Amino acid sequence: MAYSLPDLPYGYDALEPFVDTQTMAIHHGKHHAAYVSNVNTAVAKFPELAGLGIEDLNRRVGTPHLPSDIATAVRNNGGGHWNHNFFWNIMCAPSSSSGPGGELKAAVEAAFGSVDEMKQRFNAAAAARFGSGWAWLVLTPEGKLEITSTPNQDNPLMASLVEAPGAPVLGLDVWEHAYYLRYQNRRPEYISAWWNVVNWEQANDFYKAAAKPRA
Amino acid sequence: MLRSQATRLASPWLARGMASKVSLPDLPYDYSALEPVIGGELMELHHSKHHQAYVTGLNKALEEYEEAEHKQDVGRMIALQGAIKFNGGGHLNHSAFWNMLCPEKEYQPPNGALEQAIDAQFGALEGLVKAFNAKAAAVQGSGWGWLAYHPEAKTLVVTTSANQDPLNPTTGLIPLLGIDVWEHAYYLDYKNARPSYLKEVWRVINWKDVSRRYKDATHSS
Repeated sequence: MAYSLPDLPYGYDALEPFVDTQTMAIHHGKHHAAYVSNVNTAVAKFPELAGLGIEDLNRRVGTPHLPSDIATAVRNNGGGHWNHNFFWNIMCAPSSSSGPGGELKAAVEAAFGSVDEMKQRFNAAAAARFGSGWAWLVLTPEGKLEITSTPNQDNPLMASLVEAPGAPVLGLDVWEHAYYLRYQNRRPEYISAWWNVVNWEQANDFYKAAAKPRA
Repeated sequence: MLRSQATRLASPWLARGMASKVSLPDLPYDYSALEPVIGGELMELHHSKHHQAYVTGLNKALEEYEEAEHKQDVGRMIALQGAIKFNGGGHLNHSAFWNMLCPEKEYQPPNGALEQAIDAQFGALEGLVKAFNAKAAAVQGSGWGWLAYHPEAKTLVVTTSANQDPLNPTTGLIPLLGIDVWEHAYYLDYKNARPSYLKEVWRVINWKDVSRRYKDATHSS
């Protein structure tokens, strides 16, 4: 079963003016599509991986449970596929973006003092990631909310490779392709604007699912 | 002399805040000079924003490093290494890059010793371009493609580096030609199509500059 490029939950123009239509079209239709194509090519060589969900595939990155032949290709492209799936879902039209609520809000306030403080720390991590990468709000296995960033297409599911492994609750793509057409070099401006399209309901769902005690 | 004397003598320097250590070099051509291969808007952003940011960042990091060194705060000196590498590498790489490019109307293919070395090792310039572009296209995330000289093996090398890692300090290889494959180096003109950028950029390579570097590298090894 090959991985496939998901449709976006909204039109390419839905995140205007904060994320522009052309960026969304290229980001989804070209960049994400390439990750899907490349991870399929890598995984096709190993029938024992057929049927493995993309999240499980990501969890195997950096472990012996992935053939070494394709380890790098999966890290880059399997990571890219999972990350972008997550990204499209963690965003929504500005009119649908309220604020954090429920369990996530309480947890953020407990961990950071306030939502604003969390945003400031998140923004700093996103701005300071040198080169390509992602910023994350993650729930660690110890049940703590932490802010971290990863290089390239690494993500917190790749437990042995990253500083703060865990379950992503928020994630922001800071590769230049995510913002260059609208923001050029002005990454901090993109980061600030992004909060206008955060899908807090989805983030709350991710948080609740991650915070559930394991059976 | 006594450390306290040295400190008193040094303090006017510190009080003055140490004037900028590096500055943004001018381009050897106008922003639009590399069109249509690389657009004027892209060149202006690349030089006046991105490269400038590395210059600013490097000066800030060096100033902070000097303060830390003065206080013998080794922890802080170590903590600043990343910023010096990112920004210093960015400054070194881009300063060289601007000279490695030239307007298409001034383009001349490699000649002399460099041409011979390229032909001997890659068959022809096309062979080098093919090998170089394959590696440069495959750089994950941000980085550079390089044609370099290996001073011990005395051969040309095609390689890549990540982020702004400067080639010589991190590998010992001597950079001859670098092509920036950070997305900011091509996105406005080529979008996601990095291979298209890599195909076209060879039209604006300043082989005279590359030859000079090769000559320097081969004479000093």
